[in-house]
Amino acid sequence: MKRDNNAKRGSNAKRFVLKGGTIVDSRGERRAEVAIEGGVVVEVGEALSGDAIDAGGAVIAPGFVDLHAHLREPGKEEAETIETGSRAGAKGGYTALVAMPNTDPPQDSVAVVDFVREQGRRAGLVEVVPSGCITLGRQGEALAPMAELAAAGVRIFTDDGNGVQDELLMRRAMEYGRGLDVTLAQHCEVATLTKGAVMNECQCCTTLGLPGWPAVAEELMVFRDIELARITGARVHFLHLSTARSVDLVRAAKRDGLPITAEVTPHHLSLDETRLMSFDTVYKVNPPLRSPRDIAALRKGVLDGTIDALATDHAPHPRRDKELSLDQAPPGMLGLETALGVALGVLEIDLPHLVRIMSINPARIAGIEARHGRDIEPGAPANLVVFDPNITWQVAPDELASKSRNTPFVGMTLRGRVRHTIFGGDFTVLDGEAQR
Amino acid sequence: MKHLRSIPELGADGLTRLLELTNHMVEVNRRPVPKVPALRGRTVVSLFFEDSTRTRLSFETAAKRLSADTMTFSVSTSSVNKGESLRDTVETITDMGVDAFVVRHKSAGIPWQISDWTTAAVVNAGDGWHQHPTQALVDCFTVREARGCERFDGLTLTIVGDIKHSRVARSNIAAFSMLGAQIVLVAPPTLLPPDVAHWPVTVSHSLDDVVGRTDILYMLRLQSERMSQGHVPNLREYSERFGLDARRLAMLPSDAVVMHPGPMNRGVEMLIDPSALPNSLIHRQVANGVSVRMAVLFDLLAGESSAGNLREVAP
Repeated sequence: MKRDNNAKRGSNAKRFVLKGGTIVDSRGERRAEVAIEGGVVVEVGEALSGDAIDAGGAVIAPGFVDLHAHLREPGKEEAETIETGSRAGAKGGYTALVAMPNTDPPQDSVAVVDFVREQGRRAGLVEVVPSGCITLGRQGEALAPMAELAAAGVRIFTDDGNGVQDELLMRRAMEYGRGLDVTLAQHCEVATLTKGAVMNECQCCTTLGLPGWPAVAEELMVFRDIELARITGARVHFLHLSTARSVDLVRAAKRDGLPITAEVTPHHLSLDETRLMSFDTVYKVNPPLRSPRDIAALRKGVLDGTIDALATDHAPHPRRDKELSLDQAPPGMLGLETALGVALGVLEIDLPHLVRIMSINPARIAGIEARHGRDIEPGAPANLVVFDPNITWQVAPDELASKSRNTPFVGMTLRGRVRHTIFGGDFTVLDGEAQR
Repeated sequence: MKHLRSIPELGADGLTRLLELTNHMVEVNRRPVPKVPALRGRTVVSLFFEDSTRTRLSFETAAKRLSADTMTFSVSTSSVNKGESLRDTVETITDMGVDAFVVRHKSAGIPWQISDWTTAAVVNAGDGWHQHPTQALVDCFTVREARGCERFDGLTLTIVGDIKHSRVARSNIAAFSMLGAQIVLVAPPTLLPPDVAHWPVTVSHSLDDVVGRTDILYMLRLQSERMSQGHVPNLREYSERFGLDARRLAMLPSDAVVMHPGPMNRGVEMLIDPSALPNSLIHRQVANGVSVRMAVLFDLLAGESSAGNLREVAP
């Protein structure tokens, strides 16, 4: 599809004003109107002139940033494309998505990283921020060309889906990465302890006869990488933490002043291991859904600031893949369009804190804080979300913009819904409807 | 009952009902022509993703004695590995007009997935490490027959071996405890599931400690792959600690019985010739297998006319 760039320039050059909303950013909450023109915020104040867009009773915040989206392109376009994933992101209030590197081919070369970024530009719905692989082919054997990738704009490196098992290789990656001023994001899983695992190792897996994924397999690697960060000085980000002890380890590391950050997913904050009693593969995810005790610890970790970011681990899979047996079905669930509603539904969180974990902190971790997660003031790029924090709603799978349907949140009451998403001064979502 | 997928789902009432119904089927099997027209016109499909000749033959014999038509759909696990949709397979066979699937698969939960995709009844013939409900029915029926009692209050069932990977153990723990038995599990900790504290069982790591206080000694098969996975160092060590040998046989109370779900590993968990066991129920387990599976298929498929059909099978 060919886009008319002149038309686009024309649209975002036109001044409009968000009226009736409450701004929430790092400076807290305040009622004000926001005028946008030419892709940037031009004025914040009262009784501003320009075409009025209704934000009555809603929150105006910097657009959400997802540190963890599987957009599946290149390689698995049957599940999602960069365009459909971007649209799902826009509907969820996102203006930037960090694209995970487990594509085919993987994002371990400048060519693939450039392709992903360019496909994101073509779709034009969010900023697609490619991550790079830590190791070639995510095989955990040799470093990917991290300096080349960093020169091509990659700020965050991960072998997501595979934790880097080899301690020496991970140490080298941290040392090398520190010299490039990039962040290393780890999927924490000691693979020998999780071979064949389908669900949390717990009372439930004992009775269901499903192979268990013990919490210690995550915690060992969290501990290891905290200690490697201590001796290398590297910035380390922990992906999708799922256990109570992992939160404790990160809390202690932060107390020591180490440059550690961590994320948690909406599903690990809301769904527990007993979901697997239905044997529905939609609940198979890696790391697995954990115990109510872990859920409570993760929520506490978010509220006390130990956990920096809410990240979706949006993992689309086509129906036929999820219709395999539990041991063969791929792990993962959708997240982009439901993250806000789940977060507000399960967390007793104030709005400035919500905006920190969904926008400000992830923008900083992804290295895109110049364009996203910024305070709403004149000169800031107009990457914004307008959402109603108190509207409750239920997920209708057929209304999802994602190409896949593997959402575990069907039937759950979510709280908080996106009204408008503005990317580069353009409405990607207006009144809850995707504009392109 | 719409499906038979697990013992907990069947419940105590269902368990008792099927055991009673099995009595009728035993009588049918004693007749000179052990065949009744109860399920004439019904079709039962065996959908086996994992080889099991004895269970499959037991179900097919049961179906045939009730005059049902049978089909076998053997699926190699490799074709599923290639991404073949299980749902397509099930929907295609359902379209042929079948009444029941008898399913065996190496993954837990498959019978629940399949029952979402078909209108036919689903019988679990073993799903991974999870459940094997007809084996538990067979074992309960066999103990009832041997002891001449309906409930097992005061009896101790001792299950020995690879509990962790055993659907037979999980099914029998549920079924025997519903009937009042005390249950003791005997295994090295590596062959126990991670959290058995919430099960209605006690645990021992020494067969010698408990063998003298058991009424039903239930030996499980130890698969040789457990060695390569490091669950036990070697077979000799396992046999010495958890095998049934002449010394332990002598320690068993005189009225205790010995059971095994088969196939047996001679020289591993069974160190004496099973035909030399004085109180072995192993042959009765196999023989009762057909009657139990007749009861299950009858209960699921006879439907509206079940009362009339029951007269056909009644003496």
